[in-house]
Amino acid sequence: MTYGTSDLDERTGWRGFLIPIGVILGLAGLVMGIWFLIDTQASANVAAMFYDLIGDSAEADALRAGSGNRTAAKLVLAAVALAVGVGGIWLFYWGLNAVVMSLGPRWRGRLLPWVFVGPALLLLTVYLAWPVVSTIIKSLTDGAGFENWEWALTTPANHQMYINNILWLLVGVTGSVGLGLLIAGLMDRVKYESFAKIFVFLPLAISLVGASVIWRFVYAWRPPGQAQYGLLNGIMEGLGREAVPWVQTPDFRIGTFALIVILIWLQTGFAMVVLSAAIKGVPTEIIEAAGLDGANERQKFMRIIVPMIRGSLVMVIITTSIVVLKVFDIVFVMTGGKFNTDVVANQMYIQAFQFFDTGRASVLAVVLFLAVLPLALINVRNIRKQGMAA
Amino acid sequence: MTAATDSSGGGMKDQRSVFVRRLPLRVAVIVVAVIWSLPTLGILVSSFRDARDIQGSGWWDALFGPFQAQWTLINYEAVLTGENMANAFINSLIVSIPATIIPITIAAFAAYAFSWMRFPFRGTLFLVVVALLVVPLQMALIPVQEVYQWLGINQTFLGVWLAHAAFGLPLAIFLLYNFISQLPGDLFETASIDGATHFQMFTKVVLPLSVPALAAFAIFQFLWVWNDLLVALVFLGATEERSVMTLELARLVGGRGQQWHLLTAGAFVTMILPILVFLALQRYFVRGILSGSVKG
Repeated sequence: MTYGTSDLDERTGWRGFLIPIGVILGLAGLVMGIWFLIDTQASANVAAMFYDLIGDSAEADALRAGSGNRTAAKLVLAAVALAVGVGGIWLFYWGLNAVVMSLGPRWRGRLLPWVFVGPALLLLTVYLAWPVVSTIIKSLTDGAGFENWEWALTTPANHQMYINNILWLLVGVTGSVGLGLLIAGLMDRVKYESFAKIFVFLPLAISLVGASVIWRFVYAWRPPGQAQYGLLNGIMEGLGREAVPWVQTPDFRIGTFALIVILIWLQTGFAMVVLSAAIKGVPTEIIEAAGLDGANERQKFMRIIVPMIRGSLVMVIITTSIVVLKVFDIVFVMTGGKFNTDVVANQMYIQAFQFFDTGRASVLAVVLFLAVLPLALINVRNIRKQGMAA
Repeated sequence: MTAATDSSGGGMKDQRSVFVRRLPLRVAVIVVAVIWSLPTLGILVSSFRDARDIQGSGWWDALFGPFQAQWTLINYEAVLTGENMANAFINSLIVSIPATIIPITIAAFAAYAFSWMRFPFRGTLFLVVVALLVVPLQMALIPVQEVYQWLGINQTFLGVWLAHAAFGLPLAIFLLYNFISQLPGDLFETASIDGATHFQMFTKVVLPLSVPALAAFAIFQFLWVWNDLLVALVFLGATEERSVMTLELARLVGGRGQQWHLLTAGAFVTMILPILVFLALQRYFVRGILSGSVKG
């Protein structure tokens, strides 16, 4: 009780003057910090000031001229960046709240929810809702008539690309979810389960770029006569076969399959974790009862456990499908889309940011959106079931 | 429960047959673990061999004869001093830390409002937020970059933070809403009788109670941002000064694709932090995954 009244006194007392000043100072600091981050030379200039202070004017001049000790400039930048990025966001909410709380109680009640929810809605509008509309419009209006859609749907090279995407979807999802289920089932029955799982799980922590480098080394190929240092071709050699340039082989889409394996290696851990948790949720009595009825291990797994974790299985399949459809990093890093390995997301990037053809890029983005949409809607529907009852 | 404990009363012969029966299972588990770690092991072993050794023989030769092989740290030195990797490491931190804190903060405020404040269109707006989970990143890139060019924040840290924050928001709001809306309502009644404002309730009651959910999303987002290539490529890619680790590694593949002594060490430098974070906070990460990892 006393807590409430003292708080009220404070607001009407000396703090009443301090809050607006604090808000103004905070906003000024935020603006300066943002300006500092945009100006590429600013951190070097600040570092130069420090060098002036300690009397090293030669170094200071070098920094101002754009050379000199870049590490010092970098550390200044890092400090400011973290202060603005982390502190700024809290300052922002605190300031907005203070402004609204200084209004009359009626406005306070009306505006306060928007202080809490407004920044999120603003960001979502600018970065997601509006771009969807804008990209769809661009895909339809850039260029003469529907020429971009015509290009996307009739070019033979694009047909090859869509086939690749479908292969990714079929092989990638079946591979990672199937293996994830199998491994979850296997690991569920050994004692050192959590230890063994880490090996499959760990790739989830590393980037697709890192995974691509790892597998590029596995697939590495040298011309005949040179030592094969890639693991796979080392094995081929050990078996007395000829080495194969896996990634660079367009025939039978071997390159695409080689890239899909990378994703399976990375994504199986996700399926394993979710399905393993689901398997643990299956009541042991049911499994034991099936055992008494004479079911063997495989039957128990396929006929009891798998049907009982169907919900999780569907969720994993859909989530993995969305990931696979949007695959970009692996193709971009490994082949750039050459050797018949192109996919929509990669081509979209190339059109947008290498050829600067926004029309074609927008069409490909919409194609991706339409492919993901039905799956994503199922996911959202499932989310809504457990979400708000509004 | 398991076959082994069931047979503990039996004789030697029984135990041996159980061991034999479970042998295929154990072999399978070990095979899986080995297959999954071999690719990474190859990179790790090679990163400690000099360029000529890597080209001269398979890494498995060095692994099987560790005392005949030559080990060196020279690749790491080369990659950190000569290839902009040290600079990129700091940049990755500058990008990842705010790009984790900003969306969590924004999402937590929003989740609180959706859970415990009354305002018009609350239910509809929440559904719109969740629906935005379906939008692929590719839909946003071109329009956002146009806005950035107009604002003059293309190729800046600020631009990347806000982009990552926005793209992570739908999932963050959804996860935090699920947690914050489940907090007991009495908590809020007591606090508001005591005269606490919404801001005080949020910072002093809700945030401390939400630490598990916040941690789960934080790890998720941190790893996502640290490992991201596409957003960095579009909004930071043109500057070497502000390049992040994934960009540098991708550049290394493009420019020095056959120089495996640099690529292997470079790959490990980019991977070391996420792997440590992951191993240390695995429990939260798993929780994050299980509570619905559907990212746009």
